[in-house]
Amino acid sequence: MNAIDKYESVIGLEVHAQCLTKTKMFCGCPNQFGSEPNQNICPVCTAQPGALPVINKRAIELGVRAAIALNCEVHETSVFARKNYFYPDLPKGYQISQFEKPFCTKGKVVVRFKNGDEKQFGITRIHFEEDAGKSVHASHGTTVNLNRAGVPLIEIVSEPDMRSAEDAGQYLRRIHSILKYADICDGNMEEGNFRCDANISIRLKGDPKFGTRVELKNINSFRFVEKAIEYEISRQVDLVENGEKVVQQTRGWNSAKGVTELMREKEQAHDYRYFPEPDLAPLVIDSKWIEKIKAEMPELPDAARERVKQAYGLSDYDASVLTASKELGIYYEEVVKGSGNAKSAANWVMNELLGRLNAASIEIDKSPVSSKHLGSLVQAIESGEISGKIAKTVFDEMMTTSKDPKVIIQEKGLVQISDTGQLDAAIQKVIAANPGQTADYKAGKVKLLGFFVGQVMKETKGQANPAMLNDLVKKALDK
Amino acid sequence: MDITAHTIQSLLDGYQKKEFKPSEVAAAYLAQIKKTNGKLNAFLQTREEETLEAAKKLDAKMSEADSLPLFGIPVGVKDNFLVKGWQCTAGSKVLEGYRSPYTATSVEKLENAGAFVIGKLNCDEFAMGSSNENSAYGPVRNPWDLERVPGGSSGGSSAAVAASLCPASLGTDTGGSIRQPASLCGIVGIKPSYGRVSRYGVVAYASSLDQVGPFGKTVWDASRVLEAMAGNDPMDSTCSKSSVPSYTKTMESFSLSGVKIGVARSWLEGVDPEVKKSFEESLKLMEKQGAKLKDIELPHAKYSLSTYYLIAPSECSSNLARYDGVHYGYRSKETRNMDELYSKSRGEGIGKEVKLRIMLGTYALSSGYYDAYYMKANQVRRLIQQDFEKAFADCQCIASPTSPTTAFKLGEKTDDPLTMYLSDIFTLPVNLAGVGGISVPSGLDSKGLPIGLQLMGKAFDEPTLLSIAYQYEKLRGAFPLPKGLN
Repeated sequence: MNAIDKYESVIGLEVHAQCLTKTKMFCGCPNQFGSEPNQNICPVCTAQPGALPVINKRAIELGVRAAIALNCEVHETSVFARKNYFYPDLPKGYQISQFEKPFCTKGKVVVRFKNGDEKQFGITRIHFEEDAGKSVHASHGTTVNLNRAGVPLIEIVSEPDMRSAEDAGQYLRRIHSILKYADICDGNMEEGNFRCDANISIRLKGDPKFGTRVELKNINSFRFVEKAIEYEISRQVDLVENGEKVVQQTRGWNSAKGVTELMREKEQAHDYRYFPEPDLAPLVIDSKWIEKIKAEMPELPDAARERVKQAYGLSDYDASVLTASKELGIYYEEVVKGSGNAKSAANWVMNELLGRLNAASIEIDKSPVSSKHLGSLVQAIESGEISGKIAKTVFDEMMTTSKDPKVIIQEKGLVQISDTGQLDAAIQKVIAANPGQTADYKAGKVKLLGFFVGQVMKETKGQANPAMLNDLVKKALDK
Repeated sequence: MDITAHTIQSLLDGYQKKEFKPSEVAAAYLAQIKKTNGKLNAFLQTREEETLEAAKKLDAKMSEADSLPLFGIPVGVKDNFLVKGWQCTAGSKVLEGYRSPYTATSVEKLENAGAFVIGKLNCDEFAMGSSNENSAYGPVRNPWDLERVPGGSSGGSSAAVAASLCPASLGTDTGGSIRQPASLCGIVGIKPSYGRVSRYGVVAYASSLDQVGPFGKTVWDASRVLEAMAGNDPMDSTCSKSSVPSYTKTMESFSLSGVKIGVARSWLEGVDPEVKKSFEESLKLMEKQGAKLKDIELPHAKYSLSTYYLIAPSECSSNLARYDGVHYGYRSKETRNMDELYSKSRGEGIGKEVKLRIMLGTYALSSGYYDAYYMKANQVRRLIQQDFEKAFADCQCIASPTSPTTAFKLGEKTDDPLTMYLSDIFTLPVNLAGVGGISVPSGLDSKGLPIGLQLMGKAFDEPTLLSIAYQYEKLRGAFPLPKGLN
């Protein structure tokens, strides 16, 4: 038995998601990525003396949306609190967050795995907070960009319910998908709009007590989450196996080296001195408001899966793959619209497109083949304009050039030959070129039919309509 | 009559009669400041050109004077308010040279009512103090006796009005910082109910206790300023949306007959005998007019000092974190790393009393101490609030001396913070309860120093509170101004 198999890992995730609001959490500045440094700032988000926060109602609505989508209990009254610490990108010297009384608790999310298994992971709480600014380290020193300071965030804290890196990865993907479906967060991990910290501990299987946990900070891609957690689990197992103890600490993922590195020990941990934010009255979310938010809820992944399954007659598995992300769901439905055949569209998207994209680690929204083009490719097969085999050639070309399949078919003259005269001419040519085989066939070696069909295909550069070809070749040989 | 001898009421009257123009009034006060401020150190900044320009703009609007409740009234503003273009130091070195990028809502409302800013007034650093000796820009002196303190923390605001350097001023009151200096300088100061006036643009000390209020020579004057700046502000979530009635309109017709005034006798122990005597006389005056005195108990008021000195420092330890030398304000010249940037900038820029309170508050909020200190203090605060609610169920107002003593000498209490803190024992509970309070001069002691009467009213019942104060003031008769300054 491997040492690692004696242990069980216990993992909980904290997800920070920026809310898709027009303005910041506590002031009217634009919530906008990519502006010139320190353009989206005002007295409130730069913490000028005397400035006070005012709650952005839209942010609250998006938070409640997340609470509903993640099956949480929304509390009528919740309290904002100050989290006090000094850092140059935190102009007030405290972050407005929620601590003892978050706006919702006790949620859950169901995650489906490839093998069809379903697991349920608990959500401890979701709370509101504001983002910090950004320290920019340059050769001449450090500067601070406060465009992001005060951008609304929700922090989704899971129960320590995950037992493997895969669990954590799938949970994270699921949360990501739900937040995007519900238009709560754009999910962009590169820009830091969707971030994740992980708490990881190990214990001997069957031990009811939790081990000492290590916090992994700022993991900025799905791939890294699983890698970082796997690394951390094996690091902890090695420590324990060597008779050492896991020390409570915060570690960061170094993606270049593929290791987790110490950021700070427990003794260096901040005492945040949380206390209720005296500048804000308790937040009241009444049932009427919740109902209104429910009524405006966009379609969530489960509903999308069921709808797609019913509407297009797909299997449960296909439907869940095709609605795994909002972009993919939209992409697929556009291919259906363009092609007129839901089943073929599903096959092409799942087998050809996703296969290639996954291999190249490309997200669907960056696909070189647009849904419109893939739709017309599938349509061309359906209408008999090209054969399935030719279609794969065309698709290869589309993957590299992003060209319209119709243009590729035209340019390369790939239209399927269904004209009997044209096909017969090619057949006669092949028969004439292969007198020996023709004689053998006529002598009873009927298996040679396949040989002739192949030769005709070759002769027509694969453009011969395969559905017609067998009959025509047979007829010609049997004459 | 010298222009600076006017009250707001008589200035408005003079404008009506076209006796003078705003620019003339501005010039008269600016001249008076130039002449007298050297002795008092009340004003930290004046901007003659800008002030005269603002006044001249009003000259052109003389015909609209009627529609502007504070037309042409110069107002001095405590240096912890932001007024665009003006400095805002809050009495601290850490904000030396800081120019306000925007204007406080309260000041903006006064400007919209026709008033203009005449200057920024000295105060205890970050409004922490009871004697104005904690200012980084030197102490303010009491115009009644230059060897004595004007009270604090709004000492500049009270001294300036008492010395006729402006007819009205703004202050902030977190534990007595308007009422106590008003009392020590012989003028009227109002601490409105919490949430009555916007705090937006006012340097925060203790957010749940801070409240903006006016100083004036008379109850009418101070009430006029308050009614112009009170009311909802979308920029301050703690500011009440309830409507603001005109206080000055109803106070004249108000009758003291049958008004129940609560007095907590147990509270009066340890009060200076002359202060106590003046207080009793004030009560008798009102009784004669038909007011009924009622003995009340405020059983938890005795915990006000300890409660206040946990809540206020806790909030201040967080509110003052932004003065870190990173984004604006004082930055230490010799720092080698980030930790030093913080510790040296704050260490050099922030004064002793403020540091003391930051440390107190940091301690009280620390994990492991929070429940015993900050949380417990808030529970006691709730009990104090309930004491007041109970008392107000049966009284229209509560009366007490404003301060247990008259103005003390500079340096007399600086070595002993606890004695200094005791100056505020009558004013602190009002902030903790969130109700309204006013200090009205009630007499002079044998040294010729003013004594103040504090009246406290139910939350948001300023109309009743200010009317009682107005009627009392009428019974008391004219009150002298300090002499011998010129």
